[in-house]
Amino acid sequence: MLTDTILFYIFALLVLGGAVLTITRHSAMHAAISLIVSLLGVAGLYLLQQAEFLFAVQIVLYVGGIMLLFLFVIMLVNLDQAAKERQFNKQWLVALVAVAAVGAQVAYFIHAGLDSFHFAAPLVAGTPAGLGNTEQIADTLFGEYLLPFEIASVLLLVAVVGSVAMAKKRI
Amino acid sequence: MHPITTVHYLALSAALLLIGTVGVLTRRNVVIILMSIELILNAVNINLIAFSHALQNVNGQIFAIFVITDAVAEAAVGLGILIALFRNKETVQADEIDLLKW
Repeated sequence: MLTDTILFYIFALLVLGGAVLTITRHSAMHAAISLIVSLLGVAGLYLLQQAEFLFAVQIVLYVGGIMLLFLFVIMLVNLDQAAKERQFNKQWLVALVAVAAVGAQVAYFIHAGLDSFHFAAPLVAGTPAGLGNTEQIADTLFGEYLLPFEIASVLLLVAVVGSVAMAKKRI
Repeated sequence: MHPITTVHYLALSAALLLIGTVGVLTRRNVVIILMSIELILNAVNINLIAFSHALQNVNGQIFAIFVITDAVAEAAVGLGILIALFRNKETVQADEIDLLKW
């Protein structure tokens, strides 16, 4: 239990530190590397909560796939000029005030609902013993959520066609 | 030390969401705005997994998979738009893209 607590704080530090660096660095490449640190921290949090399949998906898809896409675009688009210019827009003060207001609301709601987060003992009896996380996800994804799963494939097809159409010089 | 509860994960997720929102609202570089959107989506996923773990119900993880699918589609299309934009306007600063501004 103590190890879990220490690991949680280490991963939380990675997540938040990486996130803050991501939004403050001048160079887009530094921001991308900080974002990778943040995403790896999130993957660690998944592992802490026995979501092993999502841990693998997070690393393979986010760190391996999406970040590679970002790095490609950073190298493709010339960002040297942008790194030297002003990094924050003129409305940054208004934005900070608005975000602080939202943060105060979220903090209030979490504080006010503190008692309702004490859940009853987990229904371990409901899940068949010996069934791993990946098997459980597969059973649910290909059973109850089969239609959304198929629709997600259509979404990905649209995204592929859309991104090719966008990046192409002339269609 | 206190054991980690769902509330800890909620607080972390809220903090990550707010950091991502600050990034979207204040940065000028479009690439970093897209990265901030990824941060926001990750905050949502932390929430989903925390409740999935607390309730011992795998449905939250299924939703997280769909959120990740959305994030991939959004990043691919967004970066495609960015490349087309850079080819036409030679800039990646969000406040210099103001053709529709009056």
